[in-house]
Amino acid sequence: MKKQPIQLIKHSNTTNQTTRLALAITLAFSSLFAASHLQAETCATGKTLKDGVLTIATGNPAYFPWVMDNDPASGKGFEAAIAYEVASRMGFDKDAVAWTSASFDQSIQPGAKDFDFNLQQFSITKEREKVVDFSTPYYSAAMAVLVNKAAADSGATASIDSLKKLKWGVDANTTALQMLQENIEPDSSPLLYDDNTNVTEAMKANQIDAALFDLPTALYLGAVVLEDGVVIGQFPADRTATPDQFGLLMEDGNPLKACVDEALAAMAEDGALAEIEAQWLQETTGVPVIQ
Amino acid sequence: MQARSDERQQYERRQQRKGFAIAAASSLAVVVALIYFVPKTPGWQKVRASFFNGEILLSTFPSLLKAFLLDIAIFMWSLPAIAIIGLLIALCRDQRSAVMFPLRIFGVLYTDIFRGVPVILTVFLIGFGIPGLGLPRPWNSPYIWGSLALILTYSAYVAEIIRGGINSIHDSQRAAGKSLGLSNTDTMRFIVLPQALRRVVPANMNMLVALQKDVALLSFIGPVELLRQAGVHKSLLANFTPYVGAALIFLAVTVPATRYADYLLARQHRERS
Repeated sequence: MKKQPIQLIKHSNTTNQTTRLALAITLAFSSLFAASHLQAETCATGKTLKDGVLTIATGNPAYFPWVMDNDPASGKGFEAAIAYEVASRMGFDKDAVAWTSASFDQSIQPGAKDFDFNLQQFSITKEREKVVDFSTPYYSAAMAVLVNKAAADSGATASIDSLKKLKWGVDANTTALQMLQENIEPDSSPLLYDDNTNVTEAMKANQIDAALFDLPTALYLGAVVLEDGVVIGQFPADRTATPDQFGLLMEDGNPLKACVDEALAAMAEDGALAEIEAQWLQETTGVPVIQ
Repeated sequence: MQARSDERQQYERRQQRKGFAIAAASSLAVVVALIYFVPKTPGWQKVRASFFNGEILLSTFPSLLKAFLLDIAIFMWSLPAIAIIGLLIALCRDQRSAVMFPLRIFGVLYTDIFRGVPVILTVFLIGFGIPGLGLPRPWNSPYIWGSLALILTYSAYVAEIIRGGINSIHDSQRAAGKSLGLSNTDTMRFIVLPQALRRVVPANMNMLVALQKDVALLSFIGPVELLRQAGVHKSLLANFTPYVGAALIFLAVTVPATRYADYLLARQHRERS
Protein backbone atom coordinates (compact mmCIF):
# COMPACT_ATOMS: atom_id res chain seq x y z
CA MET A 1 0.00 0.00 0.00
CA LYS A 2 2.80 2.25 0.87
CA LYS A 3 4.74 1.40 -2.12
CA GLN A 4 2.04 1.98 -4.58
CA PRO A 5 1.61 5.73 -4.16
CA ILE A 6 5.34 6.17 -4.02
CA GLN A 7 5.67 4.18 -7.16
CA LEU A 8 2.92 6.20 -8.58
CA ILE A 9 4.55 9.35 -7.53
CA LYS A 10 7.87 8.09 -8.83
CA HIS A 11 6.22 7.14 -12.03
CA SER A 12 4.55 10.42 -12.38
CA ASN A 13 7.88 12.02 -11.53
CA THR A 14 9.73 10.21 -14.30
CA THR A 15 6.98 10.99 -16.74
CA ASN A 16 7.29 14.54 -15.71
CA GLN A 17 11.04 14.42 -16.16
CA THR A 18 10.78 12.76 -19.52
CA THR A 19 8.26 15.30 -20.62
CA ARG A 20 10.45 18.10 -19.45
CA LEU A 21 13.49 16.57 -21.10
CA ALA A 22 11.59 16.12 -24.33
CA LEU A 23 10.36 19.66 -24.04
CA ALA A 24 13.86 20.91 -23.42
CA ILE A 25 15.23 18.96 -26.39
CA THR A 26 12.45 20.19 -28.60
CA LEU A 27 13.06 23.70 -27.43
CA ALA A 28 16.77 23.36 -27.97
CA PHE A 29 16.23 21.93 -31.45
CA SER A 30 13.70 24.50 -32.41
CA SER A 31 15.89 27.31 -31.17
CA LEU A 32 18.82 25.70 -33.03
CA PHE A 33 16.68 25.48 -36.12
CA ALA A 34 15.54 29.01 -35.62
CA ALA A 35 19.14 30.08 -35.16
CA SER A 36 20.39 28.31 -38.27
CA HIS A 37 17.38 29.52 -40.14
CA LEU A 38 18.02 33.00 -38.86
CA GLN A 39 21.68 32.72 -39.82
CA ALA A 40 20.74 31.71 -43.36
CA GLU A 41 18.35 34.63 -43.47
CA THR A 42 20.86 37.16 -42.24
CA CYS A 43 24.04 35.99 -43.89
CA ALA A 44 23.87 34.26 -47.26
CA THR A 45 20.31 35.06 -48.23
CA GLY A 46 20.08 37.30 -51.24
CA LYS A 47 23.84 37.38 -51.64
CA THR A 48 24.21 34.40 -53.98
CA LEU A 49 24.01 34.54 -57.78
CA LYS A 50 20.78 32.57 -57.77
CA ASP A 51 18.43 32.69 -54.80
CA GLY A 52 18.65 29.57 -52.69
CA VAL A 53 21.48 28.11 -54.77
CA LEU A 54 25.18 28.30 -54.00
CA THR A 55 27.22 28.20 -57.21
CA ILE A 56 30.74 26.89 -56.66
CA ALA A 57 33.48 26.78 -59.30
CA THR A 58 36.54 24.60 -59.55
CA GLY A 59 39.02 23.76 -62.29
CA ASN A 60 38.31 21.50 -65.22
CA PRO A 61 39.95 19.10 -65.00
CA ALA A 62 40.09 19.15 -61.22
CA TYR A 63 42.90 17.03 -59.86
CA PHE A 64 43.28 14.32 -57.25
CA PRO A 65 43.34 14.58 -54.24
CA TRP A 66 41.51 17.90 -54.35
CA VAL A 67 38.57 16.51 -56.31
CA MET A 68 38.17 12.81 -57.07
CA ASP A 69 37.48 11.65 -60.64
CA ASN A 70 36.98 15.26 -61.81
CA ASP A 71 33.49 15.11 -60.27
CA PRO A 72 33.12 17.71 -57.50
CA ALA A 73 29.40 16.96 -57.16
CA SER A 74 30.36 13.62 -55.60
CA GLY A 75 31.67 15.53 -52.59
CA LYS A 76 34.75 13.33 -52.71
CA GLY A 77 38.19 14.89 -52.50
CA PHE A 78 39.53 17.53 -50.14
CA GLU A 79 38.20 20.62 -51.87
CA ALA A 80 34.87 19.03 -52.81
CA ALA A 81 34.37 18.08 -49.16
CA ILE A 82 35.39 21.55 -47.97
CA ALA A 83 32.96 23.12 -50.44
CA TYR A 84 30.01 21.06 -49.23
CA GLU A 85 30.88 21.62 -45.56
CA VAL A 86 31.09 25.39 -46.09
CA ALA A 87 27.85 25.28 -48.06
CA SER A 88 25.97 23.35 -45.38
CA ARG A 89 27.15 25.74 -42.67
CA MET A 90 25.88 28.62 -44.76
CA GLY A 91 22.51 26.93 -44.96
CA PHE A 92 22.72 25.21 -48.34
CA ASP A 93 22.14 21.49 -48.35
CA LYS A 94 23.64 19.22 -50.98
CA ASP A 95 20.86 19.79 -53.51
CA ALA A 96 21.24 23.56 -53.28
CA VAL A 97 24.85 23.47 -54.48
CA ALA A 98 25.53 23.95 -58.19
CA TRP A 99 28.97 23.35 -59.71
CA THR A 100 30.59 25.18 -62.57
CA SER A 101 34.12 25.30 -63.91
CA ALA A 102 36.42 28.28 -64.34
CA SER A 103 40.02 28.58 -65.48
CA PHE A 104 42.47 30.78 -63.63
CA ASP A 105 42.06 33.56 -66.19
CA GLN A 106 38.27 33.40 -66.00
CA SER A 107 38.52 33.63 -62.25
CA ILE A 108 40.52 36.85 -62.21
CA GLN A 109 39.01 38.65 -65.19
CA PRO A 110 37.14 41.85 -64.38
CA GLY A 111 33.37 41.94 -64.30
CA ALA A 112 30.65 39.73 -62.91
CA LYS A 113 31.65 36.19 -61.99
CA ASP A 114 29.48 33.19 -62.75
CA PHE A 115 30.25 31.60 -59.39
CA ASP A 116 29.68 32.52 -55.76
CA PHE A 117 33.05 31.20 -54.77
CA ASN A 118 35.80 29.31 -56.52
CA LEU A 119 38.26 26.87 -55.05
CA GLN A 120 41.15 25.31 -56.95
CA GLN A 121 44.19 25.71 -54.71
CA PHE A 122 44.30 29.47 -55.16
CA SER A 123 47.21 30.81 -53.15
CA ILE A 124 46.35 33.99 -51.31
CA THR A 125 48.68 36.84 -52.28
CA LYS A 126 48.59 40.55 -51.67
CA GLU A 127 48.69 41.30 -55.40
CA ARG A 128 45.77 39.01 -56.16
CA GLU A 129 43.75 40.47 -53.32
CA LYS A 130 43.70 43.79 -55.12
CA VAL A 131 41.58 42.23 -57.86
CA VAL A 132 39.56 39.53 -56.14
CA ASP A 133 38.54 38.62 -52.61
CA PHE A 134 39.85 35.59 -50.76
CA SER A 135 38.29 33.86 -47.78
CA THR A 136 40.42 33.10 -44.76
CA PRO A 137 42.74 30.18 -45.59
CA TYR A 138 41.34 26.64 -45.55
CA TYR A 139 44.67 24.94 -46.08
CA SER A 140 48.35 25.71 -45.62
CA ALA A 141 50.38 23.89 -48.21
CA ALA A 142 53.82 22.46 -47.87
CA MET A 143 55.75 22.93 -51.10
CA ALA A 144 57.42 19.78 -52.33
CA VAL A 145 60.13 18.95 -54.82
CA LEU A 146 59.26 16.22 -57.30
CA VAL A 147 62.11 14.81 -59.38
CA ASN A 148 62.08 12.20 -62.13
CA LYS A 149 63.83 8.88 -61.75
CA ALA A 150 66.88 9.93 -63.74
CA ALA A 151 67.54 12.87 -61.40
CA ALA A 152 66.86 10.79 -58.29
CA ASP A 153 69.28 8.11 -59.52
CA SER A 154 71.99 10.66 -60.19
CA GLY A 155 71.93 11.66 -56.55
CA ALA A 156 69.69 14.70 -56.13
CA THR A 157 69.08 15.29 -52.42
CA ALA A 158 66.97 17.54 -50.23
CA SER A 159 69.65 20.20 -49.83
CA ILE A 160 69.49 23.63 -51.39
CA ASP A 161 72.93 23.14 -52.98
CA SER A 162 71.89 19.96 -54.69
CA LEU A 163 68.55 21.42 -55.79
CA LYS A 164 70.17 24.50 -57.34
CA LYS A 165 71.95 22.36 -59.93
CA LEU A 166 68.78 20.73 -61.25
CA LYS A 167 66.90 21.81 -64.36
CA TRP A 168 63.55 23.11 -63.11
CA GLY A 169 60.08 23.39 -64.50
CA VAL A 170 56.92 24.78 -62.90
CA ASP A 171 53.32 25.57 -63.70
CA ALA A 172 53.35 29.21 -64.84
CA ASN A 173 49.88 29.94 -63.45
CA THR A 174 50.90 29.28 -59.87
CA THR A 175 52.96 30.95 -57.18
CA ALA A 176 55.45 28.06 -57.47
CA LEU A 177 57.74 30.13 -59.69
CA GLN A 178 58.04 32.80 -57.00
CA MET A 179 58.68 30.13 -54.36
CA LEU A 180 61.33 28.55 -56.55
CA GLN A 181 63.16 31.82 -57.16
CA GLU A 182 63.00 32.83 -53.51
CA ASN A 183 63.78 29.54 -51.82
CA ILE A 184 66.04 27.67 -54.22
CA GLU A 185 67.35 30.15 -56.82
CA PRO A 186 68.25 27.51 -59.43
CA ASP A 187 71.41 27.99 -61.51
CA SER A 188 69.61 27.80 -64.85
CA SER A 189 66.33 29.57 -65.51
CA PRO A 190 63.29 27.30 -65.18
CA LEU A 191 60.99 26.23 -68.00
CA LEU A 192 57.32 27.10 -67.57
CA TYR A 193 54.16 25.22 -68.49
CA ASP A 194 50.41 25.72 -68.55
CA ASP A 195 49.38 22.89 -66.26
CA ASN A 196 50.58 19.96 -64.18
CA THR A 197 50.16 17.52 -67.03
CA ASN A 198 52.59 19.43 -69.22
CA VAL A 199 55.11 19.71 -66.39
CA THR A 200 55.07 15.96 -65.87
CA GLU A 201 55.24 15.40 -69.64
CA ALA A 202 58.44 17.46 -69.73
CA MET A 203 59.77 15.38 -66.82
CA LYS A 204 59.03 12.20 -68.74
CA ALA A 205 60.86 13.62 -71.76
CA ASN A 206 63.72 14.41 -69.37
CA GLN A 207 63.64 18.05 -70.47
CA ILE A 208 63.50 18.99 -66.79
CA ASP A 209 64.71 17.18 -63.66
CA ALA A 210 62.53 18.68 -61.01
CA ALA A 211 59.32 20.59 -60.37
CA LEU A 212 57.80 22.38 -57.40
CA PHE A 213 54.21 21.60 -56.37
CA ASP A 214 52.14 21.72 -53.24
CA LEU A 215 52.85 18.49 -51.39
CA PRO A 216 49.58 16.58 -51.99
CA THR A 217 49.80 17.31 -55.72
CA ALA A 218 53.46 16.29 -55.82
CA LEU A 219 52.73 12.97 -54.10
CA TYR A 220 49.93 12.23 -56.55
CA LEU A 221 51.84 13.22 -59.68
CA GLY A 222 54.95 11.32 -58.60
CA ALA A 223 53.13 8.09 -57.86
CA VAL A 224 50.34 8.05 -60.43
CA VAL A 225 51.26 10.23 -63.40
CA LEU A 226 55.04 9.80 -63.48
CA GLU A 227 54.89 6.36 -61.82
CA ASP A 228 58.58 6.52 -60.90
CA GLY A 229 58.78 10.11 -59.68
CA VAL A 230 60.30 10.77 -56.27
CA VAL A 231 59.25 13.49 -53.84
CA ILE A 232 62.70 14.18 -52.42
CA GLY A 233 61.96 17.04 -50.07
CA GLN A 234 59.54 19.62 -48.77
CA PHE A 235 59.37 23.12 -47.42
CA PRO A 236 56.96 22.43 -44.53
CA ALA A 237 53.57 24.14 -44.37
CA ASP A 238 54.40 26.11 -41.23
CA ARG A 239 57.41 27.88 -42.77
CA THR A 240 57.27 31.56 -41.96
CA ALA A 241 58.79 32.97 -45.14
CA THR A 242 56.74 32.61 -48.33
CA PRO A 243 53.79 30.74 -46.84
CA ASP A 244 51.38 29.19 -49.30
CA GLN A 245 47.80 29.34 -48.09
CA PHE A 246 44.77 28.42 -50.13
CA GLY A 247 41.64 30.55 -50.00
CA LEU A 248 38.22 30.50 -51.61
CA LEU A 249 38.23 33.08 -54.40
CA MET A 250 35.32 35.50 -54.73
CA GLU A 251 34.51 38.54 -56.78
CA ASP A 252 36.03 41.71 -55.34
CA GLY A 253 33.67 43.09 -52.71
CA ASN A 254 31.42 40.03 -52.64
CA PRO A 255 29.19 40.38 -49.53
CA LEU A 256 29.21 36.59 -49.20
CA LYS A 257 32.80 36.74 -47.92
CA ALA A 258 31.67 37.38 -44.35
CA CYS A 259 29.44 34.29 -44.39
CA VAL A 260 32.17 32.12 -45.92
CA ASP A 261 34.73 33.30 -43.37
CA GLU A 262 32.27 32.64 -40.57
CA ALA A 263 31.67 29.10 -41.82
CA LEU A 264 35.40 28.43 -42.15
CA ALA A 265 36.10 29.81 -38.67
CA ALA A 266 33.44 27.50 -37.22
CA MET A 267 34.92 24.57 -39.12
CA ALA A 268 38.38 25.31 -37.78
CA GLU A 269 37.03 25.63 -34.26
CA ASP A 270 35.04 22.40 -34.06
CA GLY A 271 37.70 20.37 -35.89
CA ALA A 272 35.73 19.71 -39.08
CA LEU A 273 38.48 21.28 -41.17
CA ALA A 274 41.18 19.08 -39.67
CA GLU A 275 38.93 16.05 -40.06
CA ILE A 276 38.39 16.67 -43.76
CA GLU A 277 42.10 17.21 -44.19
CA ALA A 278 42.90 13.94 -42.44
CA GLN A 279 40.35 12.10 -44.54
CA TRP A 280 41.52 13.26 -47.98
CA LEU A 281 45.15 14.34 -47.70
CA GLN A 282 47.68 11.76 -46.76
CA GLU A 283 50.13 12.03 -43.92
CA THR A 284 53.04 14.06 -45.25
CA THR A 285 55.59 13.90 -42.48
CA GLY A 286 57.54 11.13 -44.26
CA VAL A 287 58.97 13.58 -46.77
CA PRO A 288 62.32 15.04 -45.65
CA VAL A 289 62.48 18.75 -44.92
CA ILE A 290 64.79 20.69 -47.23
CA GLN A 291 67.80 22.15 -45.46
CA MET B 1 39.16 72.63 -124.81
CA GLN B 2 41.72 73.92 -122.30
CA ALA B 3 39.03 75.60 -120.20
CA ARG B 4 36.92 72.48 -120.05
CA SER B 5 39.79 70.34 -118.87
CA ASP B 6 40.59 72.93 -116.16
CA GLU B 7 37.00 72.83 -115.07
CA ARG B 8 37.14 69.03 -114.95
CA GLN B 9 40.33 69.12 -112.85
CA GLN B 10 38.81 71.60 -110.45
CA TYR B 11 35.71 69.42 -110.12
CA GLU B 12 37.81 66.36 -109.39
CA ARG B 13 39.86 68.26 -106.83
CA ARG B 14 36.66 69.45 -105.14
CA GLN B 15 35.33 65.90 -105.08
CA GLN B 16 38.59 64.66 -103.59
CA ARG B 17 38.55 67.35 -100.90
CA LYS B 18 34.95 66.49 -100.10
CA GLY B 19 35.92 62.82 -99.78
CA PHE B 20 38.74 63.68 -97.37
CA ALA B 21 36.43 65.81 -95.28
CA ILE B 22 33.81 63.08 -95.02
CA ALA B 23 36.42 60.46 -94.13
CA ALA B 24 37.91 62.73 -91.45
CA ALA B 25 34.51 63.56 -89.99
CA SER B 26 33.34 59.95 -89.83
CA SER B 27 36.64 58.78 -88.29
CA LEU B 28 36.45 61.56 -85.74
CA ALA B 29 32.88 60.61 -84.89
CA VAL B 30 33.92 56.98 -84.26
CA VAL B 31 36.88 57.99 -82.09
CA VAL B 32 34.80 60.45 -80.08
CA ALA B 33 32.08 57.85 -79.60
CA LEU B 34 34.68 55.35 -78.32
CA ILE B 35 36.31 57.84 -75.98
CA TYR B 36 32.99 59.13 -74.73
CA PHE B 37 30.89 55.98 -74.42
CA VAL B 38 33.34 53.27 -73.38
CA PRO B 39 34.15 54.93 -70.02
CA LYS B 40 30.40 55.28 -69.46
CA THR B 41 29.93 51.49 -69.42
CA PRO B 42 29.35 50.10 -65.93
CA GLY B 43 32.38 47.81 -65.92
CA TRP B 44 34.88 50.29 -67.34
CA GLN B 45 36.61 51.09 -64.06
CA LYS B 46 37.29 47.43 -63.44
CA VAL B 47 38.35 46.76 -67.02
CA ARG B 48 40.72 49.69 -66.89
CA ALA B 49 42.24 48.46 -63.64
CA SER B 50 42.64 44.95 -65.05
CA PHE B 51 43.82 45.67 -68.59
CA PHE B 52 45.21 49.20 -68.66
CA ASN B 53 47.05 49.60 -65.41
CA GLY B 54 49.86 52.03 -66.14
CA GLU B 55 51.84 51.19 -63.03
CA ILE B 56 51.88 47.47 -63.86
CA LEU B 57 52.65 48.14 -67.50
CA LEU B 58 55.71 50.18 -66.56
CA SER B 59 56.98 47.69 -64.00
CA THR B 60 56.59 44.63 -66.24
CA PHE B 61 57.53 46.10 -69.62
CA PRO B 62 61.34 45.75 -69.32
CA SER B 63 61.10 42.04 -68.54
CA LEU B 64 58.64 41.62 -71.42
CA LEU B 65 61.08 43.26 -73.82
CA LYS B 66 63.83 40.98 -72.58
CA ALA B 67 61.63 37.92 -73.09
CA PHE B 68 60.86 39.12 -76.62
CA LEU B 69 64.54 38.57 -77.50
CA LEU B 70 63.83 34.86 -77.31
CA ASP B 71 60.95 35.24 -79.78
CA ILE B 72 63.31 37.00 -82.15
CA ALA B 73 65.93 34.29 -81.75
CA ILE B 74 63.44 31.47 -82.45
CA PHE B 75 62.17 33.44 -85.43
CA MET B 76 65.66 34.00 -86.81
CA TRP B 77 66.83 30.41 -86.65
CA SER B 78 63.55 29.00 -87.96
CA LEU B 79 63.32 31.32 -90.94
CA PRO B 80 66.19 29.96 -93.11
CA ALA B 81 65.10 26.37 -92.47
CA ILE B 82 61.53 27.23 -93.47
CA ALA B 83 62.73 28.87 -96.69
CA ILE B 84 64.97 25.97 -97.69
CA ILE B 85 62.56 23.14 -96.79
CA GLY B 86 59.63 25.03 -98.33
CA LEU B 87 61.51 25.35 -101.61
CA LEU B 88 62.53 21.66 -101.59
CA ILE B 89 58.96 20.49 -100.94
CA ALA B 90 57.67 22.76 -103.71
CA LEU B 91 60.21 21.24 -106.09
CA CYS B 92 59.14 17.74 -104.98
CA ARG B 93 55.56 18.53 -105.89
CA ASP B 94 56.61 19.92 -109.25
CA GLN B 95 58.31 16.69 -110.39
CA ARG B 96 56.86 15.78 -113.76
CA SER B 97 58.62 12.53 -114.71
CA ALA B 98 57.07 9.16 -113.86
CA VAL B 99 60.17 7.95 -111.96
CA MET B 100 59.87 10.84 -109.53
CA PHE B 101 56.26 10.00 -108.65
CA PRO B 102 57.16 8.97 -105.04
CA LEU B 103 58.62 12.45 -104.49
CA ARG B 104 55.38 14.04 -105.65
CA ILE B 105 53.39 11.83 -103.32
CA PHE B 106 55.74 12.77 -100.48
CA GLY B 107 55.25 16.46 -101.26
CA VAL B 108 51.47 16.09 -101.28
CA LEU B 109 51.40 14.17 -97.99
CA TYR B 110 53.78 16.65 -96.34
CA THR B 111 51.78 19.72 -97.26
CA ASP B 112 48.44 18.05 -96.49
CA ILE B 113 49.49 16.88 -93.05
CA PHE B 114 51.36 19.91 -91.79
CA ARG B 115 48.91 22.43 -93.17
CA GLY B 116 46.02 20.37 -91.85
CA VAL B 117 47.10 20.03 -88.22
CA PRO B 118 46.82 23.05 -85.90
CA VAL B 119 50.31 24.43 -85.16
CA ILE B 120 49.88 24.03 -81.42
CA LEU B 121 49.20 20.30 -81.81
CA THR B 122 52.33 19.86 -83.92
CA VAL B 123 54.26 21.78 -81.26
CA PHE B 124 52.99 19.48 -78.50
CA LEU B 125 53.37 16.24 -80.45
CA ILE B 126 56.88 16.95 -81.66
CA GLY B 127 58.03 19.05 -78.70
CA PHE B 128 57.14 16.44 -76.08
CA GLY B 129 56.83 13.31 -78.22
CA ILE B 130 60.23 13.05 -79.89
CA PRO B 131 62.28 13.97 -76.78
CA GLY B 132 60.17 11.40 -74.92
CA LEU B 133 61.76 8.67 -77.04
CA GLY B 134 64.82 8.98 -74.81
CA LEU B 135 67.14 11.46 -76.46
CA PRO B 136 70.00 12.61 -74.20
CA ARG B 137 70.45 16.25 -73.26
CA PRO B 138 70.87 18.71 -74.88
CA TRP B 139 69.31 16.97 -77.90
CA ASN B 140 65.90 16.71 -76.23
CA SER B 141 65.66 20.48 -75.80
CA PRO B 142 62.19 21.98 -76.31
CA TYR B 143 63.87 24.79 -78.25
CA ILE B 144 65.07 22.35 -80.92
CA TRP B 145 61.90 20.29 -81.27
CA GLY B 146 59.49 23.17 -80.81
CA SER B 147 61.30 25.08 -83.54
CA LEU B 148 61.15 21.99 -85.75
CA ALA B 149 57.38 21.91 -85.30
CA LEU B 150 57.16 25.51 -86.48
CA ILE B 151 59.51 24.79 -89.36
CA LEU B 152 57.44 21.80 -90.53
CA THR B 153 54.16 23.70 -90.44
CA TYR B 154 55.40 26.88 -92.02
CA SER B 155 57.49 25.14 -94.69
CA ALA B 156 54.31 23.34 -95.78
CA TYR B 157 52.55 26.67 -96.30
CA VAL B 158 55.58 28.25 -97.96
CA ALA B 159 55.92 25.20 -100.25
CA GLU B 160 52.37 25.69 -101.48
CA ILE B 161 52.99 29.39 -102.08
CA ILE B 162 56.17 28.66 -104.04
CA ARG B 163 54.42 25.93 -106.03
CA GLY B 164 51.74 28.44 -106.94
CA GLY B 165 54.49 30.80 -108.11
CA ILE B 166 56.11 28.06 -110.20
CA ASN B 167 52.77 27.16 -111.80
CA SER B 168 52.17 30.80 -112.66
CA ILE B 169 55.20 30.81 -114.96
CA HIS B 170 53.95 29.94 -118.42
CA ASP B 171 54.99 26.57 -119.85
CA SER B 172 56.34 28.30 -122.92
CA GLN B 173 59.25 29.46 -120.75
CA ARG B 174 60.23 25.87 -120.07
CA ALA B 175 59.88 25.09 -123.75
CA ALA B 176 62.14 28.04 -124.52
CA GLY B 177 64.69 26.74 -122.03
CA LYS B 178 64.62 23.32 -123.65
CA SER B 179 65.07 24.80 -127.11
CA LEU B 180 68.19 26.58 -125.84
CA GLY B 181 69.55 23.19 -124.81
CA LEU B 182 69.14 23.64 -121.06
CA SER B 183 68.47 20.57 -118.92
CA ASN B 184 65.25 20.41 -116.86
CA THR B 185 67.19 21.30 -113.72
CA ASP B 186 68.88 24.27 -115.34
CA THR B 187 65.58 25.48 -116.81
CA MET B 188 64.07 25.40 -113.33
CA ARG B 189 67.10 27.01 -111.75
CA PHE B 190 67.83 29.79 -114.23
CA ILE B 191 64.48 30.50 -115.86
CA VAL B 192 61.47 29.41 -113.81
CA LEU B 193 62.55 29.85 -110.18
CA PRO B 194 63.96 33.40 -110.42
CA GLN B 195 60.64 34.63 -111.80
CA ALA B 196 58.47 32.45 -109.56
CA LEU B 197 60.22 33.43 -106.33
CA ARG B 198 59.97 37.10 -107.15
CA ARG B 199 56.25 36.74 -107.68
CA VAL B 200 55.61 35.07 -104.32
CA VAL B 201 57.52 37.58 -102.18
CA PRO B 202 54.37 39.44 -101.00
CA ALA B 203 52.56 36.20 -100.12
CA ASN B 204 55.61 35.01 -98.19
CA MET B 205 55.79 38.30 -96.35
CA ASN B 206 52.37 37.47 -94.93
CA MET B 207 53.68 34.12 -93.74
CA LEU B 208 56.55 35.97 -92.11
CA VAL B 209 54.13 38.14 -90.17
CA ALA B 210 52.18 35.06 -89.08
CA LEU B 211 55.39 33.33 -87.99
CA GLN B 212 56.37 36.31 -85.87
CA LYS B 213 53.29 35.69 -83.78
CA ASP B 214 53.31 31.91 -83.82
CA VAL B 215 56.78 31.64 -82.27
CA ALA B 216 54.89 32.39 -79.05
CA LEU B 217 53.39 28.89 -79.28
CA LEU B 218 56.73 27.45 -78.17
CA SER B 219 55.92 28.74 -74.71
CA PHE B 220 53.48 25.83 -74.34
CA ILE B 221 56.34 23.34 -74.06
CA GLY B 222 58.56 25.31 -71.69
CA PRO B 223 60.52 28.24 -73.15
CA VAL B 224 59.82 31.50 -71.37
CA GLU B 225 59.27 33.93 -74.22
CA LEU B 226 57.14 37.06 -74.34
CA LEU B 227 53.70 35.46 -74.08
CA ARG B 228 54.75 33.25 -71.17
CA GLN B 229 56.54 36.04 -69.36
CA ALA B 230 53.38 38.11 -69.64
CA GLY B 231 51.40 35.11 -68.36
CA VAL B 232 53.65 34.82 -65.31
CA HIS B 233 53.12 38.48 -64.45
CA LYS B 234 49.40 38.06 -65.07
CA SER B 235 49.23 35.11 -62.69
CA LEU B 236 51.21 36.72 -59.88
CA LEU B 237 49.55 40.13 -60.16
CA ALA B 238 46.10 38.80 -61.12
CA ASN B 239 46.06 41.49 -63.80
CA PHE B 240 45.89 41.31 -67.59
CA THR B 241 47.87 44.47 -68.29
CA PRO B 242 51.07 42.50 -69.07
CA TYR B 243 49.18 40.87 -71.95
CA VAL B 244 48.40 44.31 -73.34
CA GLY B 245 52.10 45.11 -73.05
CA ALA B 246 52.94 41.91 -74.94
CA ALA B 247 50.39 42.81 -77.62
CA LEU B 248 52.03 46.23 -78.04
CA ILE B 249 55.43 44.62 -78.52
CA PHE B 250 54.08 42.18 -81.11
CA LEU B 251 52.32 45.02 -82.91
CA ALA B 252 55.50 47.10 -83.00
CA VAL B 253 57.06 44.35 -85.08
CA THR B 254 54.15 42.97 -87.09
CA VAL B 255 52.56 46.25 -88.18
CA PRO B 256 55.63 47.49 -90.12
CA ALA B 257 56.04 44.02 -91.63
CA THR B 258 52.38 43.96 -92.68
CA ARG B 259 52.62 47.45 -94.18
CA TYR B 260 55.71 46.41 -96.10
CA ALA B 261 53.91 43.32 -97.43
CA ASP B 262 51.02 45.52 -98.58
CA TYR B 263 53.45 47.89 -100.25
CA LEU B 264 55.12 45.00 -102.10
CA LEU B 265 51.73 43.69 -103.22
CA ALA B 266 50.67 47.10 -104.49
CA ARG B 267 53.93 47.54 -106.36
CA GLN B 268 53.58 44.13 -107.94
CA HIS B 269 50.04 44.94 -108.95
CA ARG B 270 51.21 48.17 -110.64
CA GLU B 271 54.01 46.37 -112.48
CA ARG B 272 51.67 43.74 -113.84
CA SER B 273 48.87 46.00 -114.96
